[in-house]
Amino acid sequence: MAAEFVIEGLKATIEGKEILKGINLQMKGGEIHAIMGPNGTGKSTLASALMGHPKYEVTEGTALLEGEDLLEMAVDERARAGLFLAMQYPSEISGVTNSDFLRSAINSRREEGKEISLIKFIRQMEAKMKELEMNPEFLHRYLNEGFSGGEKKRNEILQMMMLDPKIVILDEIDSGLDIDALKIVAEGVNAMRSPERGFLVITHYQRLLNYIKPDFVHVMMQGRIVKSGGPELAERLEAEGYEWVKEELGIEDETVGQEA
Amino acid sequence: MTTQTILPVDAARISELSQAGGEPVWLKDSRLKALELAAALELPKLEKTRLDRWNINNYGSHKAGASLASLAEAPSSVAALIAGQEEGSLVIQRNSGAVYTHLSPELAAQGVIFTDLATAAKEHGDLVQKHLHKAVLPDEHAIAALHAALWNGGVFLYVPKNVVIDTPLQAILLTDDAEATFVPHILIVADTNSSVTYVDNYVSDKTESGLHNGAVEVFVGAGAKVQYASVHQFGTDTTDITYRRAVVENDGTIEWIVGEMNYGDTASDTKSVLKGNGASSDAKVIAVGSGSQKLNYTTQAQHFGKNTPSDMITRAVMRESATSIINGVTKIEKGATRADGQQTEKVLMLSPKARGDANPILLIDEDDVTAGHAASVGQVNPEQIYYLMSRGISRHDAEKLIIYGFLAPVVSQIPLEGLRNQLQTLVERKLGQ
Ligand SMILES: Nc1ncnc2c1ncn2[C@@H]1O[C@H](COP(=O)(O)OP(=O)(O)O)[C@@H](O)[C@H]1O
Ligand SMILES: [Mg+2]
Repeated sequence: MAAEFVIEGLKATIEGKEILKGINLQMKGGEIHAIMGPNGTGKSTLASALMGHPKYEVTEGTALLEGEDLLEMAVDERARAGLFLAMQYPSEISGVTNSDFLRSAINSRREEGKEISLIKFIRQMEAKMKELEMNPEFLHRYLNEGFSGGEKKRNEILQMMMLDPKIVILDEIDSGLDIDALKIVAEGVNAMRSPERGFLVITHYQRLLNYIKPDFVHVMMQGRIVKSGGPELAERLEAEGYEWVKEELGIEDETVGQEA
Repeated sequence: MTTQTILPVDAARISELSQAGGEPVWLKDSRLKALELAAALELPKLEKTRLDRWNINNYGSHKAGASLASLAEAPSSVAALIAGQEEGSLVIQRNSGAVYTHLSPELAAQGVIFTDLATAAKEHGDLVQKHLHKAVLPDEHAIAALHAALWNGGVFLYVPKNVVIDTPLQAILLTDDAEATFVPHILIVADTNSSVTYVDNYVSDKTESGLHNGAVEVFVGAGAKVQYASVHQFGTDTTDITYRRAVVENDGTIEWIVGEMNYGDTASDTKSVLKGNGASSDAKVIAVGSGSQKLNYTTQAQHFGKNTPSDMITRAVMRESATSIINGVTKIEKGATRADGQQTEKVLMLSPKARGDANPILLIDEDDVTAGHAASVGQVNPEQIYYLMSRGISRHDAEKLIIYGFLAPVVSQIPLEGLRNQLQTLVERKLGQ
């Protein structure tokens, strides 16, 4: 069944300060939505609030994935329900190898006694790493420890490929990537496109969208989606920047919290 | 003297026991002299630890266990530890004395001695007398003095010149009678260019509280290599005070691997004295504290020889309301040129009530040296838990991954697979998983 993801009236605060001021968004399996916007407009906050980062408090709203409200679930339950967030700043965890970590993640989706066999897991992981042109030694490296920015991003995509989620949020997956790495990552994402899977691609550059073609584009400012359209919206933003949007909507400062 | 040590025995009783055990006169005299010292000496001063408030007076009285005719008679707490290694060289102490000793015939043929220390004192008196109490001195403090007065059972290992032993020799030290004195002494002498691995396990199986006052002395001859692995897994019933010390001659190597997995209060001090030029030391300690344990772990390296490297790593996980003081002391004496002393102490606390304190100390009296230390005390990082959980891993498993990850740099370096697995299991048990 095609995943349906509906965010309604989502508000969230950090340290008592409201950052998200009512987000509404509907996505279906097979669709790619892009969220664009300058820095500091609440894009990562949206991603983090959906995933359940402990620093963010959701004060209002729902986020239904196939009818189930993710916001009612613990972080791990959201993941097992099918949400995946490729983070802007993935954590480094010393002493935990990439392979032990990913195997635990896969097994968390399986019943006890039905864990993936080590051989099968390693084969899968090696195959995906090859697609992403990652050195096989990354299997045994400690999770993200000492990885370059680009290696961390590839590792996020690797996890996405291994975990087969229904809704994928990519938060600034293009930052820190050179053009070749960007192409590899985009190919990885495109290979995962399917009618069962929806993507929410967060970026403040249009560049990424040349490689991952969105069906819908949303502009975020001041903690809200202020404008939505098709791929042509991204192209206009690329050509003209964000100023015209601000003028059109009468926004002086697009970042969150400045109006207070 | 401000405090008077309460002596658990008097001189007459010590003489009587020594005589009954058929001990040589020098040993009886050594015990009596130590007893006098014990009366005069103070308890050791441990960093931020009031040893006088610990339960450290339960010496009980001498009770020798009945010898085991075969390993099939071994108590269950011991049987589990020797499963699969029944043929190997093994010494078992139960309460106040040895109950089983076995040395493989091949090693015996090469002149290796491996038996309980009480027997060795009778059969290899010169060798024992030459080394006993020469690394942990009875006049250091009341605990060491009482140890020297009361030691029982124990292990003696002698590896002759140029003999290289591949398979580990093993000892098990069990206390399962709270009324029995349990003061084992481990003495290892590795002659020039020899090499040996020795592994011991300390276990308890009783309900009333008791004390382990233990000492380990390792003499590493020139060019010799000793790997000493020790796992302490006493229950809450046992207070554990252990002094381990190695004296290393020219180009000798001591490697300590210590698993502090007790459930009771524990003070341990593991020290390498790098006496000869080119002598080296490597110490790895992993510890898990739980319940309301009070813990004080010290590792030390003292450099006298030139070109002497030492490395000490302690990683400790504290849960519930366990309290730990972790000390690292690197001392480089004048003249120990090109010594290199490194140490790292890290504590991971799993609960708001757990306490950890890391004290790295560098004492350097020589200019031409390198030394370094790193210490950290912290909680599990919530950002890391979030990251792992965001991939579907439960909070419980996420914490587990992070804790094992914290210990992994030490555990993964343990060269003995059996020991590595054993420690893994003990860690899991202590973490309640
Ligand atoms: N940890 C934080 N503490 C306080 N304020 C924060 C924190 N993280 C984000 N914010 C606030 O939220 C706003 C939106 O941040 P963010 O969602 O990261 O923006 P974007 O991803 O669009 O660049 C920022 O301008 C900042 O003021
Ligand atoms: Mg961001």
